[in-house]
Amino acid sequence: MAEPRPRVAIVGAGPAGAFAAAGLLRAAGDVEVDLLERLPTPWGLLRGGVAPDHQEIKRLEDTFDRQTLARGCRFLGHVDVGVDITHLDVMRHYTAVIYATGAQTDKALGIPGEDLPRSWAATEFVAWYNGHPDYRALDFDLSARRAVVIGNGNVAADVTRVLMLSPTELERTDVADHALEALRESRIEEVVVLGRRGPAQAAFTSAELRDLGRMDGVELRVDRSEVELDPISTEWLAEEGTFTARCNVDLLREFAARPPNPGARRRIRLGFLRSPVAIRGSDRVEAVEIQRNEIARRDDGTLRARAAVDEDTETIECGLVLRSVGYRAVPLPDVPFDERYFVLPNEAGRVLDADGEMLPGVYTVGWIKRGPTGILGTNKRDAEETVTALVDDLRSGALPPPKRPGREALDALLAERKPDHVTVEGWRAIDAHERASAEHRPRVKLTSRDELLARAHSDG
Amino acid sequence: MTYVIAGSCIKDDSCIEVCPVDCIHPKPGAPDFEEAEQLYIDPAVCIDCDACVEACPVDAIFPDFDVPAKFDYALDLNALFFAERSTAERTAA
Repeated sequence: MAEPRPRVAIVGAGPAGAFAAAGLLRAAGDVEVDLLERLPTPWGLLRGGVAPDHQEIKRLEDTFDRQTLARGCRFLGHVDVGVDITHLDVMRHYTAVIYATGAQTDKALGIPGEDLPRSWAATEFVAWYNGHPDYRALDFDLSARRAVVIGNGNVAADVTRVLMLSPTELERTDVADHALEALRESRIEEVVVLGRRGPAQAAFTSAELRDLGRMDGVELRVDRSEVELDPISTEWLAEEGTFTARCNVDLLREFAARPPNPGARRRIRLGFLRSPVAIRGSDRVEAVEIQRNEIARRDDGTLRARAAVDEDTETIECGLVLRSVGYRAVPLPDVPFDERYFVLPNEAGRVLDADGEMLPGVYTVGWIKRGPTGILGTNKRDAEETVTALVDDLRSGALPPPKRPGREALDALLAERKPDHVTVEGWRAIDAHERASAEHRPRVKLTSRDELLARAHSDG
Repeated sequence: MTYVIAGSCIKDDSCIEVCPVDCIHPKPGAPDFEEAEQLYIDPAVCIDCDACVEACPVDAIFPDFDVPAKFDYALDLNALFFAERSTAERTAA
């Protein structure tokens, strides 16, 4: 009798998991791959993270589909590994598992008032406007005139744009209907975006920064004083600055030189070298208290922002705070976790146990492997590394067949534990329905689990 | 003419794999690859073969005569990237 084909489970159907599935099918050929996903829908942050006005990036889903699901990789959605089935269940049914669960929580600011109503993680706002079923019930109050966004990265830029887009612009996107309704009524006229470091160190890509300065009816205001570089930053930019950093400083100088536009519908203000020290308010956010920073060199030569002495704090009145200062992975039940770096301890994608020994058959990819760095395409190279390790182990015979081989055994387990799980046919039904519901939009997302499951299990 | 990569690039390296003249940079493994926010096409080397356009999974590559208005800066930016590179190479030599 021929050897049964190796079976690999990938936990998490986001970009990292999708690149890993595609890479595995390309490299190993004769292997069965299942994409296990907590949500009823695949592609993770491509659906739930990428901003609705960046539809062009969402085209990547066609490539993912073509390279995975259309090549026989199975989608098993609405299955929460660690809850519905355990890590040990997975190990009993698969030759190997690749964890691709991403970084699911955000870093806190650790300042007083952070938990006041109307102070949120920017990622909660993102999940809400992108129709993530676990976030649809959040109630974002957009009745204040001013919002403050803390952070200078891609997510900070995304939430700022979404707050500033006009209803007409939003109507052409796949923004969730509940968010479209709330944003239509939004009274927010100004978003203040604050960065801890200086303009030369801002984490925006120059494409994102440029976008902020090119929005219809929106004035981007940067005070000239904000773009004067301190001597350390000037030296750093000339000697170590990236192409992006130089582009950003040029763009910011261009913005600072623009004449004021009093006729603008809305306004974005960028502030640098500022950290929040407290969020003030009695029963909800009323203001943010800000401290000035300065750039200093560490002993190892790298730059850091530190509180400037002899500077008074300033207060910015606002009715909404969105913080975006980084993400963190969360531990998975029964799988080792590095509490210091918030990743699965691993060597080239092979997960290690507490003694640094390889845990046979357990692999990782994406943000939970390397930390929350890089952009979409970074996951492709990351996945290649993990896939190479896994395929080497398969070929060297390091991975024995599982105790319960064959997809029938796994399917029987799922039928018992999660009878309403979503297969590729279910996802295709959801996808077709969402696209068909849209007239002038890319799709109209179903945003509750009940709706998604009902559509996945309908017959037409 | 030349092709040009817009800001919606996700640094998937499919274009680099198919480019017959190696005009797309930085390449994986190059010192400035990880820090780059996107990939760029060297207008002095591009032979307008269209292979990268076919390969790009997010349609971020355009011929210079057909760049959408929202990416109108891209042509200058791609050229600037290589102008800076060659300056760096001349200075280093």
